[in-house]
Amino acid sequence: MRGSVAVAGVGLAGCGEAAGWSETEIAAAAAHNALADAGLTARDVDGLVIASTNIFMPGLSLAEHLGIRPRFTDSTMIGGSSFVGHLIPAALALNAGLCDVVLVAYGSNQRTGVGRNEAAKYKAALDPQPYEHPYQPFNPPASYALAAARHMHQYGTTREQLAEVAVAARKWAQLNPEAFARDPLSIEDVMNSRMICDPLSARDCCLVTDGGGAYVLVRADRAKDLPKDPSFLLGVGSAHWHRQISSMPDLTVTAATESGARAFGMAGLKPADVDVLELYDAFTINTILFLEDLGFCRKGEGGPFVAGGRIAPGGALPVNTNGGGLSCVHPGMYGIFLVIEAVRQLRGEAGARQVKDAQVALAHGNGGVLSSQITALFGTESVL
Amino acid sequence: MAHPGPERLYRDKLAQGRFEIQRCAACGRHVFYPRVLCPHCGADRLDWVAPGGGGTVYSTTVVRRRPADGGDYNVALVDLDEGVRMMSRVAEVAPDKVRIGMRVRARVIDNLVEFVPE
Repeated sequence: MRGSVAVAGVGLAGCGEAAGWSETEIAAAAAHNALADAGLTARDVDGLVIASTNIFMPGLSLAEHLGIRPRFTDSTMIGGSSFVGHLIPAALALNAGLCDVVLVAYGSNQRTGVGRNEAAKYKAALDPQPYEHPYQPFNPPASYALAAARHMHQYGTTREQLAEVAVAARKWAQLNPEAFARDPLSIEDVMNSRMICDPLSARDCCLVTDGGGAYVLVRADRAKDLPKDPSFLLGVGSAHWHRQISSMPDLTVTAATESGARAFGMAGLKPADVDVLELYDAFTINTILFLEDLGFCRKGEGGPFVAGGRIAPGGALPVNTNGGGLSCVHPGMYGIFLVIEAVRQLRGEAGARQVKDAQVALAHGNGGVLSSQITALFGTESVL
Repeated sequence: MAHPGPERLYRDKLAQGRFEIQRCAACGRHVFYPRVLCPHCGADRLDWVAPGGGGTVYSTTVVRRRPADGGDYNVALVDLDEGVRMMSRVAEVAPDKVRIGMRVRARVIDNLVEFVPE
C-alpha cells in the first residue's frame, strides 16, 4: 500500500459557525472545495466515503445531494478517527481498481444545529450503555478525566503540563487565520478556567464548533497529473481495544501503541523522521498520551516532554499546527482536519504556521473515549 | 432463547438486591460486564458468582454540576478483587475526597452497584 495512493485535494467549509446549514450541505461545500483544489469536479467522483454521528446513511445522503452515482461507498463509523481510518478502505478500493477518485467528506452543525444535549438523549435511548450511563458520566470529558487522573497518579503528570498542551495549540491557532479561538491564553488561564471533570477544566477541552472538511484520494500515478503536489500515503495503521472507558485495559496506554507501530512499519519510518504531527487533541491529555504511545517520548514522560513550549511554535517538535481541536475547529469529529492540515504542511501552503521543509507528516486519529486509534503517515515525492 | 440475555439477567439480580458477576467455566477468569462469550477465551459457559465485594479505586473524577442541578458528584472506576473493572461511584465521602488506591466495598442501592470506603 505504501506510496500507492495520494491526497490530491483538500478543502474546508463552515468551520466555526455555519448557522442555517445542514450537515450534508456543509459536507457538500467542503467536497466542492477539495475537488476544486484537486482540479476535479463531483462528476469525477466514483468513490464516496463519509461518516456521521447523526445521519443513518450519510453516503446515500451525500451522493444524492451531489448528484453522483458512486461505484464504491464506505461509511465506517469508529468515532472521530473515522476520517483517518477511511484511508484504509479508500486505498484498498483504489488499488483494487474498484474506483478511481475517492471523495472523503464530513460536515457537522453541532454548534448551531440540533443541540448536543438533545442529540445525546436520542442516542442514549437507541444505543444505551447500561454499565456506564446510570452513573451519569458527563461524556466525553468524564472518561478523558479518568485517564488524566490516572496518568497524574501513576507518572506525576501535572495540571500545568496539561495546560502547556492547550497553550501550545492556542499559539499555533494565533498563526492560523482560519482558527476559531485566537485570543491569548496562558497556563494560568487554563488552570483557572471552570472545572468540568477533575482534573480537566474548560480550556483542557476541545472547542464545540460547526465545520466540514473533505479530501480527495487517487492512485499515485493519477495524482502526479493533477495540479497540486501529491501527499503520498506512506503508512496507515488501525487499532481498537475498547469502546467504553470502563473496558480500557490501562488508562495510561492507548491502542495508538499498535496503530502507530503498524503505520511506521508500513512506511519504513521512525518517529525521528516525522517533521510535523497532527494529533487528535479532543482533550489536553490526548496529546500527551499520543506522543508517548507513538514513540516520541517514553511512557509517562509526556508531561515533562511538552513543558517549556516544546510543541508550540518555535519549539523542537511542531504539533497540531492548525491550532488543533483545542483552538482551531472541533465539530464533534475532528479526524478529517488532521489529514487536511498534514497535507497543507507537506505542500508548503500553511502560511505563517508553515513548518520549514516539511517532508513527512503524521496524522493520528482518536475516536470514542480513547477507543479507536488510527495513525497515518504522509510524505512528499522526495520520501517515496 | 431459553432465558433472557446476560444484561437483563444482571439487572434482574440487582433488582433483587444481588450483585453478581460472571466467571468463565473454561478458563476460570472473572468477567464484567456480563457477556455471551468469555472475552478472554471465547467459551460460552459463563457462570454467575457473587464477588467478595471488596475493590480498589482505579481512577476517579468529580463531575462538576451547578448546585441548582444537584451539585458535584463522583464517577469512579473500581477494580474488584476478582480482577474486573467497573464504572461506579463512591458514596458516603465527598466526591473530591475519593482517591485512587482507596479500598472500597460494594453495595446495591436503587438497582445499582455503588461503593463505600472500607
